Amino acid sequence: MSSATMKVDRRDFLKGAAAGATGLVIGFYLPSRLEVRAAAAAVPFAPNAWIRIATDDTVTLVIDKSEMGQGVTTSLSMLIAEELECDWKKIRTEFAPAAKEYANPVFGMQGTGGSTSMRGMWTPLRKAGAQAREMLIAAAAEKWGADKAVCRAEGSQVIHTQTKERLSYGSLAEAAGKLPVPSDVKLKESKQFRILGKAMKRLDSADKTCGRAEFGIDVRQPGMLHAVVARCPVIGGKVASFNADKTKAVRGVKHAIQISSGVAVVADNTWSAMQGRDALEIRWEEGPNASLTSAAIGMMLEEGVSKPGGAVARKEGDVTAGFARAAKRIEAVYRAPFLAHATMEPMNCTAHVRADECDIWAPTQFQGVNQMTAAKIARLKPEQVNIHTTYLGGGFGRRAEQDFVIEAVEIAQGVGVPVQVTWSREDDMQHDFYRPASCSRLEAGLDADGWPVAWSNRIACPSIMSRMFPGSVKGGLDESSVEGAADLPYAIPNILVEYQLTETGIPVGFWRSVGHSQNAFFTECFVDELAAASGKDPYAFRRRLLQKAPRHLGVLELAATKAGWGEALPAGRYRGIAVLGSFGSYAAEVAEVSVDKKSGEVRVHRVVCAVDCGRTVNPLTIEAQMQSGIVFGLTAALKGVITINKGRVEQGNFDDYQMLRVSEMPKVEVHIVPSDQPSSGVGEPGTPPIAPAVCNAIFAATKKRIRQLPIRSEVLSDECDLTGAEEV
Amino acid sequence: MAIQFTLNGKAQSVDVDPQMPLLWVLRDRLNLKGTKFGCGMALCGACTVHIDGEATRSCITPISEVAGKKVTTIEGLSAGLSHPVQEAWIELDVPQCGYCQSGQIMSAAALLAKKPRPTDAEVDSAMNGNICRCGTYQRIREAIHRAAELHGATARQALPEKKPTNPGETAAMTSDEPAAVSMAAGGAE
Repeated sequence: MSSATMKVDRRDFLKGAAAGATGLVIGFYLPSRLEVRAAAAAVPFAPNAWIRIATDDTVTLVIDKSEMGQGVTTSLSMLIAEELECDWKKIRTEFAPAAKEYANPVFGMQGTGGSTSMRGMWTPLRKAGAQAREMLIAAAAEKWGADKAVCRAEGSQVIHTQTKERLSYGSLAEAAGKLPVPSDVKLKESKQFRILGKAMKRLDSADKTCGRAEFGIDVRQPGMLHAVVARCPVIGGKVASFNADKTKAVRGVKHAIQISSGVAVVADNTWSAMQGRDALEIRWEEGPNASLTSAAIGMMLEEGVSKPGGAVARKEGDVTAGFARAAKRIEAVYRAPFLAHATMEPMNCTAHVRADECDIWAPTQFQGVNQMTAAKIARLKPEQVNIHTTYLGGGFGRRAEQDFVIEAVEIAQGVGVPVQVTWSREDDMQHDFYRPASCSRLEAGLDADGWPVAWSNRIACPSIMSRMFPGSVKGGLDESSVEGAADLPYAIPNILVEYQLTETGIPVGFWRSVGHSQNAFFTECFVDELAAASGKDPYAFRRRLLQKAPRHLGVLELAATKAGWGEALPAGRYRGIAVLGSFGSYAAEVAEVSVDKKSGEVRVHRVVCAVDCGRTVNPLTIEAQMQSGIVFGLTAALKGVITINKGRVEQGNFDDYQMLRVSEMPKVEVHIVPSDQPSSGVGEPGTPPIAPAVCNAIFAATKKRIRQLPIRSEVLSDECDLTGAEEV
Repeated sequence: MAIQFTLNGKAQSVDVDPQMPLLWVLRDRLNLKGTKFGCGMALCGACTVHIDGEATRSCITPISEVAGKKVTTIEGLSAGLSHPVQEAWIELDVPQCGYCQSGQIMSAAALLAKKPRPTDAEVDSAMNGNICRCGTYQRIREAIHRAAELHGATARQALPEKKPTNPGETAAMTSDEPAAVSMAAGGAE
């Protein structure tokens, strides 16, 4: 989710989210779920929304962020357990229902995104753990008739430090549950940490290694039916009419009903529903996009960057004056395509709608909004909607949308029994909310010594926020469209960054690292162009311009040092470097690349990544997330492109929208900058720097500039006669 | 007409459309949901199971083709996560979202059953059909080598404990060696 998300209010969000989906207008009251209280009541000790301790010593921690691979089940548990002093090996976790207690402190609604979990939960969860610990100590002290000061907690026990007596948390649960919850508790000093900062293994590995982890698609309810939906292949089109006679003849098919997104076929198994869908006869009303093509969209974006006067995202000094005294001017236009999320688990959702209650089982990133969305459709109060979050088979921003929930609720309402709607891979790829295609026109002026004195960047792309949070788009500026560009960290006296909001008809959404994903490519490649134009080493060039940006500089220097920047490489290998701050964290990456002279094929051999995400919570998670973010960005750089023809997405599955595979996996080394700054997220910041690092290495190898993603090997072949710093 | 096969070591009979892919029989009829739907076209490997010991994409395998054969799913790979691949996966903290991991593990187990000491190149070749969108490939590679070591250890070091230095050398080292032990592709059979 974009960092700009955090600046908008809840009311605004709901207007936007609902409008984008079905045109609903829903209220923003987020109730406290009765089941939170009920669950708490079932155990004697539940001092807050995250901790339950039963008399049998079971410690259950409630995970209120969605586990989509980024490791929150483990890292949030670490925050609690550090203060709670519970036995790490015996922790049980469960996912939170939708309730106001679980609103994300960074954006005020229950949801996971924007790499916010550590930023938002560092203090609240430690406080929750400390509250419980202090109450358990107080309960033990009371039993022993001792002073609390002689009692301490360790391994789910309270220990009397003088008599060496011990009482387990379970045996204290009843008594602790009767004590008042302290509001002011002392948190541990960082030097006392025994869990935070340590390499703690994931709590969900066993479940994910034997097929036991329950994803949304694995939900089964008594009497549940399976549904698939036929949606108009043209984005924005609708059903004109349909005939389901042949569908109903398919073995296992029970219903075919029209819903807001298309025609749903409901059967007693998923495959029969798919067979039934194939047999549907539908006449579509294709709508306004029926003749839309990628070429036309490209022209809209080109036009957007060709004219001045867009919304000003950043203005410093006077670029006109800066250019006037520049000794040299450099100009380039960069382009990035639409991208699909392609989570491994296709979109799905299970719903059961009754007269007075609704249950939703979903792999979702946005429980708070799901609850209100479902309530509106089912004509219920939000507190009558129970959200059961499963594991997410990938999220990347896609599961912050409401479409899959809306479909499940509409179908379940239509057929009266629990229904699971499952999207095929093609459904998922062709009905996504895409990473915006974007165009950036960059211009810089260099002084006589080759240092930049003026920087102008015009960006044109469709806006995510004008659908999701319309009120946040002020004066035509969507901050998520320019993040990673407007916050250029280099010391340049005259900077102008402008944005042309350019709607294309293609729906766009949050995609891992959001605007940074394309803007890092634009800006970090162009900075490399400036270094080359001034005859300077790209690392030394950045280093000098980052003297007043210590955290950028810190990761840049660490990555360069660990990569052996400037040292000899095996023949045919070249390095490129890039750095970007995003979501409060900082990452620099050095890519080692070779380019086959004949075929132009790019091979990335090694990536050295340095990350500064504040104080380390779990180094294993940081390493995994940096590797993950790098693979995500590298996949996009080397392969990712969604194209449009006649309003239809042309790609459908992993044959024409390819993923990086194990044979193409570079060796990724992750180095963490030691820091006492507040912990910040790692889910997204690894993604943005990899495309520019690779493209800059390609320039080092071939003297050809990649200005359009994905990288096309044919233009890098020696047989392609582009020479010098030509645009490819 | 009912189709009969062996599923995770037990006789199984299902009466479904013979064209119905094994994946959906497992997931929607037999409630074995560890095998995942990812693409429906054998492009991603999330649905990988063993059929008579061979790693097979269940999403394109009609149930009729399974008649009389032995099918092992992730649920039947071992009792209590005891397969060396599962042990190595947990030890090296491989899963992220976890959705592809059943398929990854089944492909890795089938590889090790044939090649107890695979080289990096053999790992790449055997695992290239399994997509991981979270990008756990580096840990997958490490974990497969670790599983090979673990298996070697349980087999009382029947094979030399040399760490591969480069793929070519290791290939030469292992290719002529008779496998002293063979790792069960599916533990429950």
